[in-house]
Amino acid sequence: MDDAAPVLSTADLTRHFGMVKAVDGITVEIARGALVGIVGANGSGKTTFLNLITGYLTPDRGRIEFMGRETTGLPPRAVTKLGIARSFQVPQLYTGLSVPPRVAEGLQILERFGLGSYADRPVGQLAEGGRKLLDIALSFALRPRLLLMDEPTSGVSIDDKGPVMDTLVGVLRQSDVTTIFVEHDMDVVQRYARRVLVFDNGRVIAQGETGRVLADAEVRKAILGHA
Amino acid sequence: MAGTRRWPAPMIALALFLVAPLLAPGWIVFVLTLALAKFMAVLAVALFLRGGLISFGHALFYAIGAYAVGFAVKWLGVADAVLLAPLGAVLAAGVAALVGLIMARYRGVFFAMLNLGVSMILYAGLLKFYWVTGGTDGIGVRSPTYLGLAPPREVLRTAFYYFTLVLAGMAVYIVYRFLASPVGYFMKALGDNEVRIEYQGESVRRVMYLTYVLSGGVAGLAGVLAAFAVGHIVPEYAYWAQSGEFVFVALLGGYGTVPGPLIGSLAFEFLRTYASKYMPEAWQATLGVIMLVIIMFLPGGLWTFYAAVAGRARRKSEGLARG
Repeated sequence: MDDAAPVLSTADLTRHFGMVKAVDGITVEIARGALVGIVGANGSGKTTFLNLITGYLTPDRGRIEFMGRETTGLPPRAVTKLGIARSFQVPQLYTGLSVPPRVAEGLQILERFGLGSYADRPVGQLAEGGRKLLDIALSFALRPRLLLMDEPTSGVSIDDKGPVMDTLVGVLRQSDVTTIFVEHDMDVVQRYARRVLVFDNGRVIAQGETGRVLADAEVRKAILGHA
Repeated sequence: MAGTRRWPAPMIALALFLVAPLLAPGWIVFVLTLALAKFMAVLAVALFLRGGLISFGHALFYAIGAYAVGFAVKWLGVADAVLLAPLGAVLAAGVAALVGLIMARYRGVFFAMLNLGVSMILYAGLLKFYWVTGGTDGIGVRSPTYLGLAPPREVLRTAFYYFTLVLAGMAVYIVYRFLASPVGYFMKALGDNEVRIEYQGESVRRVMYLTYVLSGGVAGLAGVLAAFAVGHIVPEYAYWAQSGEFVFVALLGGYGTVPGPLIGSLAFEFLRTYASKYMPEAWQATLGVIMLVIIMFLPGGLWTFYAAVAGRARRKSEGLARG
């Protein structure tokens, strides 16, 4: 694959729920190795966009390509096998069980996420920040080429947000994993994302270098309700 | 050291199983043999209970294993246990491979009742096709041979007990390996989070299907051994009450571990034996009361009682060693 070719591209990606245009004709390209933040108000289509990319939802219209291969409409496990992994806004873990085998085998992955001591413990014993990290570690253990994180710091205390993101970004920078993360906290996006996509009513209204895009008054109004 | 400390209990249990026929009367050896055979069917049901699924139809595979023996004896004149044990298991696994194509799509009450439905179809067939199956009269099974060798009459029961013990050991090993595998892990996780399983790149349906085939094979093996142990096969082997018994025993012993179903199976067979002797009119009521007590006070089954006592003893000995 050409190094300059995008890892992920969508063309006219659309998904409606009845009258609601959750995702409305989104066309984007994500470059290899990028760390991209997605911002937008509640209901702007961020999570639906991730759900479409990862096969949880099928689009009404449009096309998704991952590393030059069309993945539109593929089920989650097929998308996962191709190299796309995701974490969830509400961590999707096996609460009554210890850490899964594919993660436990690569204990160094847990240790990189600061979770080494939890390999043999039930997941239910983890605090929220740890659960978020484990949710991401589960995805990261699959050695994806593209990692999608849905609000990695939601539910994490203000004091823990920095350490959680530092741990995450530290691990990601050591790997050749292109990352897209949805985030509500503008400080987190400004500090960690190199590039940002701004969603509003199912459309991308702005994209580009994080500092420049988030400084735009119209963008701030769309996200925060004020300039 | 922690690893070696965990060994005595299984070793003591194995030693007890090995010496039992030398010390215990014949009827106890029979009850032990039957308990070991049925333990495998309970283990098969427990594989699904761990994943939050309940099957009221595993008597289907149990009956297939048993009738494989019955037909081999009746039509082919073959009663070789070494030959028929794998044959019954493979036949049951083969049927599970077909039925599992449907079952792997369903969860909850649909899974439970579809299993029951399929097993009752077999039950009806076993009743109606009496010229083949013997109907309610069933099929008599003579004592088994082992690779053509017939043990002397006085050690028939003991020989079959050891044969059953070996196969139960093999079944335990296979199930342990399965549970330690990624598929086994995801089966346990199935009741917890199917979405995450799919996003781990595993197919939930594949996990269900593979578990179903293994489970069917193990339950089939149980049927082969029970048929030889009892010496008579009737359609009730496929009846829903038999499936219910497997679920009951799994709950009694605890389905979260492999030894749980074994403890449950042993407890059940001895309880039934004693209860039907001393309370022939009310032995089922006795079992019902015991089940109520277990659910109220030991929801994890009898195994949790053992685990709590063993854990306390271990902590005490570790405290003594430190102190």
